[in-house]
Amino acid sequence: MSQAAVQLPLPGFEQALGQWRSDYERQMAGEKAVRNRSGIEIQPLYTPRDRAGERYLDDLGFPGQYPYTRGIYPSMHRGRTWTQRQLIGLGTPQDYNTRVRRIIDAGATAISLLPCCSGFRGIDCDEVDPVLLGTCGTVVNTTDHMDAALDGVPLGTISTAMNDPSPFTLLAFTLGVARRRGIDWRSVTGTSNQSDYISHFIANHQFYRLSLPGSRRVLLDHIEFCRRAVPNWNPLSVVGQHMQQAGATPAETMGFTLSTAIQYAQDCIERGMDVDDVLRRFTFFFDISISFFEEIAKFRAGRRIWARIARERFGAKDPACWRFKFHGQTSGVDLTQQQPLNNIARVSVQAMAGILSGLQSMHTDAYDEAIACPSEETARIAVATQNILRDEAQLCAVIDPLGGSYYVERLTDEMEAEIEAVIARIDAAGGMYKAAEAGLVQTMIGDSALAFQEQLETGARKVVGVNCYQVEEEDATIPPAERPDTQAMAQHVERFKAFKRERSQEPVARALNALARAAGSARENVFEKVVEAAEAGVTHGEMVSCLRRELGFGHPLIVA
Amino acid sequence: MTGTGVRPFRVLVTKIGLDGHDRGSRIVAAYLRDAGMEVIYTPPWQTIDGVVKLATEEDVDVIGISSLATDHLIVPKMMDALREAGLGHVAVVVGGIVPEAERPALAAAGVGRVFGPGAARDEIVDCVAALGRKSRAARVDDYSEANP
Repeated sequence: MSQAAVQLPLPGFEQALGQWRSDYERQMAGEKAVRNRSGIEIQPLYTPRDRAGERYLDDLGFPGQYPYTRGIYPSMHRGRTWTQRQLIGLGTPQDYNTRVRRIIDAGATAISLLPCCSGFRGIDCDEVDPVLLGTCGTVVNTTDHMDAALDGVPLGTISTAMNDPSPFTLLAFTLGVARRRGIDWRSVTGTSNQSDYISHFIANHQFYRLSLPGSRRVLLDHIEFCRRAVPNWNPLSVVGQHMQQAGATPAETMGFTLSTAIQYAQDCIERGMDVDDVLRRFTFFFDISISFFEEIAKFRAGRRIWARIARERFGAKDPACWRFKFHGQTSGVDLTQQQPLNNIARVSVQAMAGILSGLQSMHTDAYDEAIACPSEETARIAVATQNILRDEAQLCAVIDPLGGSYYVERLTDEMEAEIEAVIARIDAAGGMYKAAEAGLVQTMIGDSALAFQEQLETGARKVVGVNCYQVEEEDATIPPAERPDTQAMAQHVERFKAFKRERSQEPVARALNALARAAGSARENVFEKVVEAAEAGVTHGEMVSCLRRELGFGHPLIVA
Repeated sequence: MTGTGVRPFRVLVTKIGLDGHDRGSRIVAAYLRDAGMEVIYTPPWQTIDGVVKLATEEDVDVIGISSLATDHLIVPKMMDALREAGLGHVAVVVGGIVPEAERPALAAAGVGRVFGPGAARDEIVDCVAALGRKSRAARVDDYSEANP
């Protein structure tokens, strides 16, 4: 279907435009090209001429209609605003519980759990220098720990997002807790937030535990198990955030992320899963930088491209598969340690970009995020920022309010072209798995990171308080870092050691054997065995090390 | 510029502890390499013992530790381990997210300098070169003391 394009010329249009151009050039003689972070040249003015070729229904459509450029639901934020999903995690499970209950009491309908870095490394709390424990996330190594962390939390009605890379032990512990409480797994909702192993291999080594082929296998088992046993859980979140934080431009990020989703979709289909059953559960997770219009165009273009990929490339018939559901986190990369209160202003701009892009869920950074884990006070301000934008600034009254802007529509088209070029490059390299394995993506990201850094150094890109407008600062403006109570943490570790000594060892050994056996057999489901092991009292570190023995240790590829 | 007529400084750029964010360490490694230094770069998650071993084998003048998520808290332990291994002359710089309140502990442990985000390339390069010179001088002293 094709529609009539915007009618040009309007009477007198060309003459008036020409007049403006000569006036502008007279004032701005010798002006250097202005480019956004993705390298697209930004014109001083956009006009109806920039929309001359537009086919409204094909390119934009209406909210809730293919290709969803203007939003994936008919009522968008006017009907239901985004989910406020602040990432939290600090200290012991009891520390986490105190904070999460306060958040729930304040009205949160969704929570998240960020585990300690030791957990990310795949080791238990008794294997780590205690001074590091709980400084960046909560120490959760067993079903008992999860039970304590979620004490009083209504699993089954509240959505929980777990920062839970392969082999997804946090979900396994959560399912164990649900079983203990008599909660039907089919009512457990939430997202495996860090299931995208390709992005970990490329850009967030933090979460990278198992070998590349091993991670590929376990993710597919995880998706398959969840579709069968935890049908309201989103087993996959494709993460652009890591790559943008590592230095990919916004356009590269969207291209890599969609290429990653293509890879996972292909893998699921090859495994024999039904495309309409599986794509509906794909979710996405992105950084929102301060490059305001560029981010909005990135998300609008991404929505349109995903809809086409799902429908045309994969032949998905259910519109639920075409909808690009994404969580956005305001980017910590843009925040500065210098003059930290300025970060409140930065986060507001980033959050506005996210809201105007039509996101489904958002985390706003606290202003001390560039310095430490947020304190309760700074975390409160971060949530208040969202509330102010929603309730005071009336950003939700109109759906896709920037739609139809000459600039935003043109930029959306240009970002789309950049993103599609990245996808084509990855396709030509044999898909995202192979491109990552060969280091192609890492090299591209490294080049972009260095180019960005050079712009900061030359002052071509300004950052207030860093390369301009520096001031002598008083320490008082910088909130102190909050560290977990060392005594409580020491007790937590001692109790964990006692648990390991005193638990019934026989079922533990049996569960670990079953896990190892499943890893060696293509007919068994590894994640199913992880869930069983969690219920048998096997710890996080024991499961990860068992799978590392069977499937290989994950070494990120470091490209010079 | 850094050689001052002698062989280039050798710098180990690494991360210890649990965190894997390596954008900063990679950029600093490139800065130092471009300034003519010999950079030994490792992936994240090195152990303290591993760093001591590498510093010995590679005969480095300076060690740069990148820390984003609290790994600086174990740097004082690394300083002790370096001294015990007879590498007290090797200068150490830390770069990344280090809260103001936790900097004195690093200085007291012998860390030569802590760089925060936004530190300029020249500032980093000049500081590492100065520390490299100091490290070499200290090593010569050790050597002469050992061989009077």
